[in-house]
Order: sequence, then C-alpha cells, then structure tokens
Amino acid sequence: MKINIPIAAATASLLLFSSLALAEVAYVSNEKDNTISVIDLDTYEVTATLDVGKRPRGIILSHDQTKLYICASDSDTVQVMDLATHKITKQLPSGEDPEQFSLHPNDHHLYISNENDALVTIVDTDTNEVLAQIDVGVEPEGMAVSSDGKIAVNTSETTNMVHWIDTETMALYDNTLVDQRPRFVEFSKDNKYLWATSEIGGTVSVIDVASRKIIHKVTFKIRGVHSDKMQPVGIKLSDDGKYAFVALGPANHIAIIDAHSFEVIDYILVGRRVWHMAFNADQSLLLTTNGISGDVTVIDVAKRKAIKSIKVGRYPWGIVVKSK
Amino acid sequence: MKKHLTRLLMTSLLSLSGFYSGPLYAQASSQTIEIAYLKLVQDQGPVLSNIFPIPEDSGQRGAELAIQDSNTTGRFLNQKYQLSQVVSQDFSAISEQAATLYSRGIRFFVTDIPAKELQLLAQQLGDQALFFNAGTQDDALRTTDCVSNLLHTIPSRAMLTDALAQWLQVKRLTRWLMITGTTPEDTAYAEAMKRAAKRFGHKIVAEKHWSFDTDLRRSAQKEMPVFTQTDEYDVVVVADERGDFGEYVLYNTWYPRPVVGTQGLTPVAWHRVVEQWGAAQLQSRFDQLAHRWMNNKDYAAWLAVRSIAEAVTRTKKTEVDAIKHFIASEQFELAGFKGRKLSYRAWSGQLRQPIPLVHARSLVSQSPQEGFLHPVSELDTLGFDKPESQCNLMKNF
Repeated sequence: MKINIPIAAATASLLLFSSLALAEVAYVSNEKDNTISVIDLDTYEVTATLDVGKRPRGIILSHDQTKLYICASDSDTVQVMDLATHKITKQLPSGEDPEQFSLHPNDHHLYISNENDALVTIVDTDTNEVLAQIDVGVEPEGMAVSSDGKIAVNTSETTNMVHWIDTETMALYDNTLVDQRPRFVEFSKDNKYLWATSEIGGTVSVIDVASRKIIHKVTFKIRGVHSDKMQPVGIKLSDDGKYAFVALGPANHIAIIDAHSFEVIDYILVGRRVWHMAFNADQSLLLTTNGISGDVTVIDVAKRKAIKSIKVGRYPWGIVVKSK
Repeated sequence: MKKHLTRLLMTSLLSLSGFYSGPLYAQASSQTIEIAYLKLVQDQGPVLSNIFPIPEDSGQRGAELAIQDSNTTGRFLNQKYQLSQVVSQDFSAISEQAATLYSRGIRFFVTDIPAKELQLLAQQLGDQALFFNAGTQDDALRTTDCVSNLLHTIPSRAMLTDALAQWLQVKRLTRWLMITGTTPEDTAYAEAMKRAAKRFGHKIVAEKHWSFDTDLRRSAQKEMPVFTQTDEYDVVVVADERGDFGEYVLYNTWYPRPVVGTQGLTPVAWHRVVEQWGAAQLQSRFDQLAHRWMNNKDYAAWLAVRSIAEAVTRTKKTEVDAIKHFIASEQFELAGFKGRKLSYRAWSGQLRQPIPLVHARSLVSQSPQEGFLHPVSELDTLGFDKPESQCNLMKNF
C-alpha cells in the first residue's frame, strides 16, 4: 500500500504535467460582458473569465502565442494581454471603435478597421506608433493580410467594397464591389484567392487576387430556413486547401465548401447567430462563437459533427486557440 | 484631438507623395448625383403629451447622413452626391421650388409631404422625376391612389399594424379594446388596426372614441379606468398618432392589461433601441451628425438616398430611367440594418422591411413573426400584398 502511493502520485503528476504542456486553450471575447472566456480544450470547461475593455470583439494572437490582442471597441483601444499572467500589459492607439484587425507576418504591424470613422489604422505594436490611417468606405469591418505580407484587405459594410492596400506604401490601390454588407475576408494559403462574405447579400465572393475580379459567388440553401437568413459572416480555410468553413449567422449553421469546386458539401447545425470560428492546431476541431445562444460549439472536423456546446459570456464574438 | 491630428497629418503626407493621384482617383470623368429633399412643415396642433417634442429637422438629418455615407463610397468610384433642401409651411412655395430644381436638372426627390399634396407634386413633375416618399404612411397611396413615379421608404400604416397584430397573435392577446383619437390620421390608424384584426384573427371587444379635452396629466388616474371599463379584453390598442392622450392610457386601464399601438408597445420603422444587425453603427453615425436620436423619418430619408446611391454604385449610371430600371430589377438589394435585405414591391413601390416593435427603452420584437409564411417573401405578410393593391407601378420602370 505504502509503496503504491508514490507511484500513483508520480503517474498523476506526470499526467498533469503532460496535459499542461499539451492542453490547447481557446480565448473567446464576450461582446456584451466586457470579458474574455478561457476554455480548456481537454476538458471543454471554462477555466477563467477575464475582465477586459468595453465591447471586446476581434481578438488575435501574436505569432509566438504569448500575447493576445483585443479590439475593445467602445474603449477605442486595442489591448494587449500577456497570456502567461492574463494581465493587460498595454493599450495601443487603435483609432476610434476598432472592430476587426489583422497582424502582418512581420509580427508587429497591426491593421485595424475603425468602424465609426471609415478608416484603417496601422499601428506598430512594438513602438505604439500609428504608422498610417487610410480612408476606406463606410463601416470598415473585415481585415486580412496576405501571408507574404504584401497585401492588406479591408471590407466596408455600407460601401460594400473590398479595399486593397499595398502594405509597402500603406495606400489603397484598388476596390472591388461585392454584395451587401461584406463582413469578413480571408486569403487562401497560396494567396491566389480572397474569400469575402456578404452578410445581407447572402453570398461568399471568391476573388482572384491578381485581377481583383470576382471569379465565383457561393450561395447557400438549407431546407426549412428562409434564404434571407443565410447570412455568412466568419470564414476559415483549412490548411490543406481543401475546405472553406463559413458561419451563416442567424441560419445557425456552418457551411462546408469544397475549396476547389466551390460547391457546398455539408451544413452543420450549431448555436444561434453564429459569428466566427477558430481551428485548433491540428485542425481536428473547429470552434464557433454563437452570439445569441451565448455559447461555443465544438465541431469534430473529420466527422463534420458538433460534439459539444460550452456556455460562455453574453454575445461571444471573436475566438482564437492557443496551442503552444 | 490627437487622433484627428494624426489623421490630418497622414492624409497630407500621402497626398504629398502622390498616392492620391494614382489610377484609383484618375478614373474617367466624375459623376454628380443631385438629390432634393422636400418637406412640407405641418402643424400638429396642441397635444396634451408635449414633454418630448418631435425634432424639427426630422428626416432632413437622415438624408444628410445618407449623402455623407454615399460620398464616402462615391470617392472610390468618382461619384459625388449633393443634397438640396426645401423646407416650408407653404405647399405652393415647395411646388415652385421643386419645378425650379427640376429645370436645373434634378430628377431625384425625397419628400416628407402629406399624401394629397405629394400626389399632386409627383404628377406635376412627371415620369422623368423619381419621388421617394419618406414621410406619409397613407395606405391609399399604396393601394388605390397609385402614382407612377413614387416609391415609399417609410412603412405604410398597414405594415405597422400588421406587424403589431402578428405579435399579438403570437402572444395570444386576441381580445382588443380600441381607443381612437379625433384626427383623420387616428381614424386611418384605427382602420389599419381593424384590417389587421381581421387578417390575423383578433376580436375587437369594444371601440371607444377619445374626445375629452381635459388635461389628463393631472386626472388620468381617475378618468381612464372608468373610460376603459368594458367587457374584458387582453390588450388595449390606442390610435393616437399625434400623441395627444395615448401616453396616459398606460397603467390606468380598468383591467391591468398591456397598451399597444401608437403608444405603449409601438411598431416603428426605426427607433434608438434598434441596435442589432449593425444598427449600432448607424445610430452612432447619426448621433455624431445630429446630436439626437434617429427617428422614423430620418431612417426613411436615409433609405431613400441610399437606394438611389446603391443603384448608381451598381449601374455606374445617373439617368433616372437607368436608376428606375435597376431599382425594379431582381439585382436591387439594400442593407438597412434590420437583418434582411430590402427591396421594393413591384406593385406599390413600397420598400419591404422588417418592423421593430419597441417601447421607450427597449426592443421587444421584430415582425414578421416566425411562422407567418408567404410564397414570395415573409416580409410581404406586412402591409398590402399584390392582390390587395390596384397599383402596378414597376411595369413601366
């Protein structure tokens, strides 16, 4: 008996250690609670709820995953959280009402859309300096930087355009008109295509990056759901280049699109008014934020099934997964 | 201050280094789109409930905001929008000014003018002018008094009352006590409510006409209970568009029942409490411009200007025929911060739109309610559907 105890304890501590080392953690911004929920992806439990600035929406990780950038829209700032201590270490001058942003591959130029000011602000996260403010359309929203760092793209919801920004000159070089209320953009891994959702138009435009022309428009159809409720918001493209996952807002489903044929191949039922998504590191899981039902749905990507629903704060909006 | 300085500085830097003269801004010749906002100021008469006056610039500021929004878009397409405003208590002055504007080449008119005068004016300028009604909720303009060059961005009374009646049906509040005021508008609202009662299976237990002329602020607690003592009802429906007595019905009824209609729970085109679907952004832009809350007429005027601008953006044309043609086409869709794309009904020229049901401090619901189905669009369960209207407006668009 006496001998057994230390062995068991040792085994337990070993297990604990390994799970600590490997556990992936999701961070979720709760728009109406001014908090970030922390979810342990081994147990699917909320392990902490952290107070942050007002109306937190877009969140992203630094490349080394030690810092979390938070758009605190109503505090008019981007907050930087140290993920080792969960403390806000600084506030960046973001311009008014920051909503979504994207981090340049150089890891220190942050491209921020200022929803109330029709601007994109570029901030250096090391020096806290505003490098440029670029005039874009009304209600700038979606933001993405190509993985080669050459192009930044912003969408404006009321102007209905995708704005193309040269990251070297920090100036606009073209605009592409898309359907009503463009909300989110993501580059394909090879940077050849840009995927853009139009929430009210109900479409996803696939745009050829070289010509800035729309080459395909994806539409959605679910039995028993009115077509006007197909309101695409977030997009995630899988690393293998095979699939696009699109959150359909009040249709309460995620659409899976074949990224080559642009056909919708499946729909997965999730929580109510689904906004945004994040993969875990090996992309076996896809997590969605569901604004109205106030929860996060965990999807098993291989099985294309929702396996778990986790209650978080009010109006969860942005989500990222820390895997290191 | 600092933020603005930064922005100014960056702008000048950019223009110095010549980015602003790049291919983006040197497109073909620029297009200017001129729009006129016409408002006939109407005397509402004295009302008992006069604590919160209606802003005098209702509608105008909505049009101004839409011009601003459209110019932000227009600078990427080399299109510029301009607004002329005519505001008068005298219809003949407006009519004269409108003719002058027309002779100067203006073809798009957004109006807050009562039905009869609007009909006259639209006919007078003829089919090369396009009117957007952003003021009157008159049902006849959508059903019998069809005007060939007139679209409506403000909901009709029938749309509002249908929206309310659907919700009452969902809540099983089907026995109504109706109280109607003295003005023709009150009668029209009551008529619309009765039509909605029939459509959605409600029963009017009693209808009472408000004709008292006492100041209810002092005596509502005594008078209203007696006035509302009838057979039992589930809900009190008030038709008092000016806000004369309706505010004093709440909490003073014989049976403790909710009050709906022009007071209490109210169907509206727009209200400060609407904040979903990105509406918070429109609200805050409006607040920055006007320093007050955006109301029904502001919203309707915003939609009208945005409809024109949307057609110009998509067609890259400014001629009235091209704009009419596009607005009538399947391609036209407008984002109006209500969670649905908006389009015009081909028969009546009425803009389809969800109707928020609000009370002073919050949004209660938005119609159409779930389960009210329609073969074309659920939005067409609100107001006069095609077979119920004699108009066939867009066949000539």
